[in-house]
Amino acid sequence: MTTTTVTGTAVEPRLRARRDAGRKLLVPYLTGGVSADWTDHLRAYAAAGADAVEIGLPFSEPMVDGPTVQEASERALHRGATVRGILADLREVRLDVPLIVMTYYHLVAREGHAAFCAALADAGVRGVIVPDLPLEELAGLEQAAAEAAVDLILVAAPSGTPSRQREIARRSRGFVYAVSAMVTTGERAELPASAGEFAARLKEHTDLPVLLGFGISTAEQAVAGTSAADGVVVGSALMRRLLDGATPADLGAQVAMLRDALDAAYR
Amino acid sequence: MGAITAAGLPALLPAAGLMHDPGATGRFGDYGGRYVPEALIPACAEVEEAFRAAWADAGFRRDLDRLLTVYAGRPTALTPAWNLSAELGVTVLLKREDLAHTGSHKINNVLGQALLARRMGRTRLLAETGAGQHGVATATAAALLGLSATVFMGQKDMARQALNVHRMRLLGAEVVEVTSGSRTLKDATSEAMRHWVTCVDEAYYCLGSVMGPHPYPWMVREFQRVIGEEARAQCAAELPAAIPDYVVACVGGGSNAAGTFAGFAGTAAQLVGVEAAGGAAISGGQVAVMHGHRSYAIQDEHGQILEAESVAAGLDYPGIGPEHAHLHDLGRARYVTVTDDEVIDAVRRLARSEGILPALESAHAIAWVLRAARDGELPLGATVLVTLSGRGDKDMTTLMEIS
Repeated sequence: MTTTTVTGTAVEPRLRARRDAGRKLLVPYLTGGVSADWTDHLRAYAAAGADAVEIGLPFSEPMVDGPTVQEASERALHRGATVRGILADLREVRLDVPLIVMTYYHLVAREGHAAFCAALADAGVRGVIVPDLPLEELAGLEQAAAEAAVDLILVAAPSGTPSRQREIARRSRGFVYAVSAMVTTGERAELPASAGEFAARLKEHTDLPVLLGFGISTAEQAVAGTSAADGVVVGSALMRRLLDGATPADLGAQVAMLRDALDAAYR
Repeated sequence: MGAITAAGLPALLPAAGLMHDPGATGRFGDYGGRYVPEALIPACAEVEEAFRAAWADAGFRRDLDRLLTVYAGRPTALTPAWNLSAELGVTVLLKREDLAHTGSHKINNVLGQALLARRMGRTRLLAETGAGQHGVATATAAALLGLSATVFMGQKDMARQALNVHRMRLLGAEVVEVTSGSRTLKDATSEAMRHWVTCVDEAYYCLGSVMGPHPYPWMVREFQRVIGEEARAQCAAELPAAIPDYVVACVGGGSNAAGTFAGFAGTAAQLVGVEAAGGAAISGGQVAVMHGHRSYAIQDEHGQILEAESVAAGLDYPGIGPEHAHLHDLGRARYVTVTDDEVIDAVRRLARSEGILPALESAHAIAWVLRAARDGELPLGATVLVTLSGRGDKDMTTLMEIS
């Protein structure tokens, strides 16, 4: 049993409080280690009104990611990014927003569930998303995460049976991550109407915040998605610009624009 | 000590539980499973359910057996390698999957899965391919059964297996070039899985080896079991002892080896899987969760999967099927490696001695036999079954560049 001092901002209380206050939640994504100044991007996200930030721990086989996040992962790995190195950087950041990491199960399993969660907690990370770990294999990590006070955020997909979606909603912690459509991550021209319907269905099973992700790039899509969902995760649209050379100030401005659009739409 | 066992039999022969149904969780010991995004879980469950029903359905089995016989040319021959045997002082028997339609064992699995796809009402087959043999087999089965086919292939493999790219297109398949990562089989597999997410309702993922999420490792082994069952019966007719001392096959993902081993898992034969030295998941890797299953894969000290490096595109894969990992842990099968140089020598040697040009992949198995006979690891007079998984015509460009 590892004892760790809990640091960082807890995910669920913060998101719940803000949702209950009538705010739509905005969670921007960044691939850890993608650039030398990657933590400056995180600071810019937080300053621009992010309610939490999602940090990708890059893996060489990113199965749910489309071309943009694949490219960002490759770039980060090429720069020598490692799980330990990214967590060490996060430990120094000390932001007043919840930090959530997203990674693939291989990188979790090779460390061991307890050791991995303890390392997250030690870095002030209070949420984790592992998109290739299905419900059937969840128990070990679920327990380790709970013991480390890290929320294991589960991903629900539109293809799931009602009973699976109900169980995901029941066992998720922090929030429920609703995949907007049967796609990989990446920018899309349109957010299908079914995305909102899916988020609404999930909300029938849980009072946790339900956030839509995958394919939400623009302010219009964020506003449309949050008509049913409690918030959105925006990743590839930001990473595309970062890969094209955007500075932390540029990306901060993009997050602020999304923030303003959500606030204006739901005032 | 003290228990009297038949001479030469391994002490442990857990035949009853070996190479059978891995159950609902798809586990082979600690390996296997279904590590895929939530979006693909229902699709995998549907394939499993359909396969269980089809495999228990005499009508499905009859349809598949007929295609394997009148279309694919089964049973394939068991050819004694007369000249090589005399030179080596061991009896080498070749299971001739190179004689199957489309030139490799891949057709066995693909005909089974294509029939399953049609039974499930799917209209399109998705596949990944390395050397192009699985892609060609998929394009072939799609043409035969009136399905369309989309094949994902790494850019590097499309260049070195250009002939197979043309074959697939001639057969009517769409070949999608994959430019991510190492631009080989590993990346083609990831891309095929990503694409499957977007079209699960109309497309069937026709995976080419004993890997991926449950039920694929089990299902593909069952469709390839025909190799081992035929070979077992043929060996019984050919060998005084009925069972060969050694059963040898090359291993990338490991489908021809799994099919071959399935026929001999419950016998005293020593099972040997031969990996490429540059993609030796078991000899040089650690436990990994990748492409939907838990098994072994080569990786760096931070857990990132390494790029394999082999002259044989079909073995240029950093992982291995989960059941092989289990057989390795049990000690029931042994996994060894050979180098590219040994492989090229083996191609030449078999071509000259027997008039058989093996695929670079298959030549790995031959290369180990040559080395083991030379080193005395194979005792004089030993009997060795080698599965010759495919023919070498596709590799002529590579061979011409080397010589």
